[in-house]
Amino acid sequence: MVSAGQQRADEPLPMQGARPTRCGASLMTAAQSRAIHVAMLNTAPHRALRAGLATGPGLVRSAIRATTEAGRGPSTPSAGLVVHPSRRALLRGLATVPALATPLGRAALAQEAPPQPLPTVEVAPGIHVAHGQHALMTPANAGMISNSVIIVGEQGVAVVDSFGSAGAGRRLAATVARLTPLPVRYLVNTHMHPDHVFGNASLVGPETTVVGHAKLARALAARGERYLTANGPDLAPTDFRGTQVVLPTRLVETSLTLDLGNRPLTLTAMKTAHTDNDLVVRDEKTATLILGDLLFAGHVPALDGSLKGWIAALNLLKTWPAERAVPGHGPASMPWPGALDDELRYLTTLAIDVRAAIKAGRTLEDAMATAGVSERTAWFLFDAFHKRNVAAAYAELEWE
Amino acid sequence: MTAKLRALSFAALLALGAASSARAEDDPWPGLKSELFQSRTVTEDAAAIELEAPGRAEDAAIVPISVKLPAALGAVKSLTIVVDKNPAPVAAVFKFGPAAGSGDRTIATRLRFDNYSPLRVIVEKDDGTLVMASRFVKAAGGCSAPALKDADEALANLGKSQVKILAEPAGKPANGTAVVMVRHPNYSGMQMNQETGLFIPAKYVSEMTVERGGQRVFALEAGISISADPNIRFTFAGGDDNRITVVTKDSDGNVFTAQSQLNGT
Repeated sequence: MVSAGQQRADEPLPMQGARPTRCGASLMTAAQSRAIHVAMLNTAPHRALRAGLATGPGLVRSAIRATTEAGRGPSTPSAGLVVHPSRRALLRGLATVPALATPLGRAALAQEAPPQPLPTVEVAPGIHVAHGQHALMTPANAGMISNSVIIVGEQGVAVVDSFGSAGAGRRLAATVARLTPLPVRYLVNTHMHPDHVFGNASLVGPETTVVGHAKLARALAARGERYLTANGPDLAPTDFRGTQVVLPTRLVETSLTLDLGNRPLTLTAMKTAHTDNDLVVRDEKTATLILGDLLFAGHVPALDGSLKGWIAALNLLKTWPAERAVPGHGPASMPWPGALDDELRYLTTLAIDVRAAIKAGRTLEDAMATAGVSERTAWFLFDAFHKRNVAAAYAELEWE
Repeated sequence: MTAKLRALSFAALLALGAASSARAEDDPWPGLKSELFQSRTVTEDAAAIELEAPGRAEDAAIVPISVKLPAALGAVKSLTIVVDKNPAPVAAVFKFGPAAGSGDRTIATRLRFDNYSPLRVIVEKDDGTLVMASRFVKAAGGCSAPALKDADEALANLGKSQVKILAEPAGKPANGTAVVMVRHPNYSGMQMNQETGLFIPAKYVSEMTVERGGQRVFALEAGISISADPNIRFTFAGGDDNRITVVTKDSDGNVFTAQSQLNGT
């Protein structure tokens, strides 16, 4: 699911921070433009911005500290609470207050409550789904607008997707801690979208490997800064605090098996569908398929890859045996393969209507107004995403 | 981004001498206008040019716009499209040739919008006067990230072009309509290579020349405010030979050509 950073209601767009370049009014030669782009964007301030991108536990930790210190919003880490140095020293000495001993200890000084665990549904033995709501990112939902799955093996835990903010990720981490003392060995991202990856930094511990599709790192590198800029304003500062783009270090080219201790997980990299970096997780023990945003239920599907590829992927997945499926958006558990029916209908209708518009020589604008309208009442958030899906489908199918 | 980093960024921009664009960040138009047209008068006349664009774009990376130049406007030399608040505000400049036709003419394309911004189309008539229509478009975030959905596929198909005749001219010199489509990621130069920490240079369609039967319809100078897979729909004057030929150049110096089918398909 793409973020709704662009989907503002009629309020004016808040200042998104300086855009990296103003190339000058006139079109310039390719060489000039290229030189200016590269020169401008490699200056120190922009490299400092890039400090937000991290690759692995060590860098994430230092990045978190850097971000906490740099601050977002109020410049004092204590968010308005002035702490006298001697009092701070006293507080540091209080070993019985564990929150203060951690790098995020300043959060306590900022008068944040410790993160509350989330309710989960155990859809199969050892598979716990923390279920998000159908909504655009808002401060109220802290980016918990997708599903996250906690899988507990005998030696470790895998977490699949981390919600849409570091704050939500902290709550997810607390949820894991309540379920089991075992460490999070693997943090798996099903794809690049912010509502599935923004909580990553909160889940990564010293023993955690971040896993994703082979194309996920590149995809996040290209979009990460924009996601942070566009979605930061959608979140409360306390939830956005610590949100980083965390890149995977274990990449899946075709497939990969992870073992949580008598609990093998098969990860499969898909060809371009919802995005160009979709990853599917299968828990072999319970034959549970965790599909990320390859499966939307209730919430209208959001196309950010290839319409044809997505339809092909679903037709392929249909042939895989499974007891149940967990969608990226929708109920915690769905019957299989019936779970795919509504979404396939939506995508197929989109393809049929858009192809017909193209064949009849109708414009993109026309197609955006008319294609797929029969699906309108079948989905939540239809008006937020559907026309964009039509535009993407049209731009893809007009090449047929 | 903190206020401090933002201030540093601005300082860096100014230090690198980013032309006059760093001034008047709140309203870029006066600066743009004087760079493009010096001290010439630009008359805003919404009745003279029909500009269609969504007030609120569904997809900031693919915003369809359409400019109709009615017969009453008379002969025109050029059309300039400006998106004030984009990093590269001059989206396109069309210079018309003898096969551009008269009567009701249309140019339509798809733009990227990086911010909520005015969209302006400025026509230079044959008599040298400048006429403008504008529209405010609410869209954000199109420029700094690739709209393209599949990065590998985009590069594999780089430059593949199609020219389709949508409507044949009824006779000469009545207008026909055609569309040219070029596969190109139109990279804005704002994406970063994660390994090196350097920014991927811009890679975009920079020029396009369209001819009908050897006569020029238009020459286009374009930039990163045009959406990926540039798509231009246009009218042209019918002639003896209604084949449309398109030569496209990109910022790397690649050249791509395409031609419509002989019988106009």
